[in-house]
Amino acid sequence: MTRLPQIAWLSDGRRLHLQDGPIDLIVEARGDASQVRAAYDAAARRFTGLLDELCLELTELRKAAEPGTCSLKGVVARRMHAAVAPYAADCFITPMAAVAGSVAEEILGAMLNAASLDQAYVNNGGDIALHLARGEHFSVGLMDRPGRDGVMRRMKVVADDPVRGIATSGRHGRSFSLGIADAVTVLAATASQADAAATIIANAVDLPGHPAIVRQPANELQPDSDLGARLVTRDVSELSPTEIAAALESGAECARHLFDRGLIEGAVMQLSGDMLVIGPKDIERQRSRPPVLENAVHA
Amino acid sequence: MVTETTSAATDKIRCDACPVMCYIKPGAAGACDRYANHDGKLVRVDPHVILERTVSHGGKLVPFSRTEDWDGKIVHEPSTFVTAIGAGTTYPDYKPAPFIVSAEVDGVDMVTVVTEGIFSYCGIKVKIDTDRYLGPETATVRAQGEAVGHVTTSEYGSQMLSLGGVHHLTGGSKKEGRVTCDTLMDLANCKAVELTIDGGASVVVQAGHPPIVNGVKEERMRVGCGSATIGMFAKQWHGKVDEVVVVDDHITGVLSEHQAGKLLDIADTGIKMKGRRSTPGRYFQVADPGTGWGGTNISDPLAILGPFDKKEAKAGLTMLMVSTTGEHSSYYVLDEALKPVETEMPADLKFSVERIQENCEPALCTVLFMAGAGGSLRAGVTDNPVRLTRSVKDALTRVTSGGAPVYVWPGGGITYMVDVRQMPSGAFGYVPTPALVAPIEFTMKLSDYAALGGHMDYVKPLSEVRGGDDVRQLPWQNPIPGPRA
Repeated sequence: MTRLPQIAWLSDGRRLHLQDGPIDLIVEARGDASQVRAAYDAAARRFTGLLDELCLELTELRKAAEPGTCSLKGVVARRMHAAVAPYAADCFITPMAAVAGSVAEEILGAMLNAASLDQAYVNNGGDIALHLARGEHFSVGLMDRPGRDGVMRRMKVVADDPVRGIATSGRHGRSFSLGIADAVTVLAATASQADAAATIIANAVDLPGHPAIVRQPANELQPDSDLGARLVTRDVSELSPTEIAAALESGAECARHLFDRGLIEGAVMQLSGDMLVIGPKDIERQRSRPPVLENAVHA
Repeated sequence: MVTETTSAATDKIRCDACPVMCYIKPGAAGACDRYANHDGKLVRVDPHVILERTVSHGGKLVPFSRTEDWDGKIVHEPSTFVTAIGAGTTYPDYKPAPFIVSAEVDGVDMVTVVTEGIFSYCGIKVKIDTDRYLGPETATVRAQGEAVGHVTTSEYGSQMLSLGGVHHLTGGSKKEGRVTCDTLMDLANCKAVELTIDGGASVVVQAGHPPIVNGVKEERMRVGCGSATIGMFAKQWHGKVDEVVVVDDHITGVLSEHQAGKLLDIADTGIKMKGRRSTPGRYFQVADPGTGWGGTNISDPLAILGPFDKKEAKAGLTMLMVSTTGEHSSYYVLDEALKPVETEMPADLKFSVERIQENCEPALCTVLFMAGAGGSLRAGVTDNPVRLTRSVKDALTRVTSGGAPVYVWPGGGITYMVDVRQMPSGAFGYVPTPALVAPIEFTMKLSDYAALGGHMDYVKPLSEVRGGDDVRQLPWQNPIPGPRA
């Protein structure tokens, strides 16, 4: 018998909640009712057993990726590897850096194989895979960190944009960051690419050796962390405006480089209330902060 | 993957909630942020799965009450057992029970399938040790004004109440269901609950505590009815006193007429009892019910006697009158007119009265939880639910609840009863359906588990599960929960 995940409607009866172990997805599809139904069925079917599939190769997925070769077998595992491979030559990165985005992409892919939809998204804890049919758009809200009230920025992703993946990384999330960014949100062609890039850029928003930053070996916090004994950020005391600007600039340099390589479509970096935007996307400032939405994505 | 350092190996635990199998340090959470290591114990940090599902269906959240007050000291025998408390489950149970644990015990590879069941079909049987009148049979029992059950039979020294059941839980008004659910859960978790009986008394019931009837705490439970008391103590009275009357509202016993006295060749005394004679030496309705001697309304026990028969009675004849609890007692000697005259009781008779008192157990309320494991719960244990039922009936599988032994009713389904005091405190929760959540474990031989279509892929050795202070000892004589004799 295959282990079955939690599959349930959210209270609005519109969005599907899929949860298995650490994977927590919110899924919404829009379009013709029968197509939407087929898409949800496909999502639930594909989600079943997905975690087990990943765990079969978990040991390998937690090892530093090699830039050239990939010995992984699972389609999601290979996608994770492909997403981090562009960075593997220059720094330490494991396929786990792209796990959330890769899973979101896989579920969305299964839905689109099964149905023809106007719009759809799979939100895996903030790492989001998008689908937009011609003429459709999503409005994406940005929050400065999890748990804070209010959407502070809003951007529009239209069908003509190449953006189909959005991911956020930072030191407040569930996974560890080597950097000090409160949040780095990346727009990219795919969710897996966005996920990997957000990790890389968030790591780059940093002030190495700064006494205000408390760091701790990752494996002291999580014994089986893929980051091993690397120091991860635990706390950041008050930084001066110059220091904030310097840390953001360090991230921006990284982000520009990735933008030039075609790996991302845009990035928004946030640190201690300051924000820096890279890329051509038009990001509107919210005039007032509306109440927080359950998901940052809504049409 | 990180190579484990030896220093970290001692205090981290491995989470088995999902195949990621995170190692979790004390005070930290796993990759999911749902399970954490709390002082070496794996705990869920988010609401229970059942509750999550309730919320996702727009339902109301109710916190589980089992997180506190764990005394962990209910049992005394060696060998360990994993209970279902906190195992978590889903409803309907479309996935294997959260923990399927195998343990090698005496060379038998045992499997315990541990889950928490949601029981809409459940109730509580309360036994209240009292001779006081609680109310007429079949009268409605209420909590907070809502009907939650009824008065059922009077049993030995006690009154039974039957509470809950699917009709009160789901068949009445919303409030009735909610109050019933609250009442059942409080009683099951050994909390005090005030119940009122239509046309009867108000009684505070708490498992393991004396009942409080109309504000009066019941102290002792009678050693037996008056007749039984005669039977029990006849030998001890033989040769020390000529006649004994045990005063009881139900059945008053008379030694010289009683079968026990006859067997000891105790001579007739010419005593004449009021009331209705049932069989020799056993009298019904010697007085009206009350709070006097032996649950009667009398304060002078001689009121239940007629004049002694002049043909058989002799002056100097001695007589002990005592109540069923030994609470009241008097000693008499017949004078020349054959009238009983109260006299100081000889020491050896005083001793026998004390012996009656000593044999009166403290009056208690006992609470048995009764529930039926439905098909979906059983499906969490095996692919083929009916085989689990058969296995239980064939006594190959032992059912326990929170580690406590249960009585499984013969007949269809797995309907069981368990003494809530054998279970760790706070073992019960509820969902707003309304229904109670109770732990249930199925223990069987590994080979039998495989044969009944068990989820063999999910069987874990006990060594991977046990650890920390969650490991408690079993209340059984036999470390293996084997088939009942």
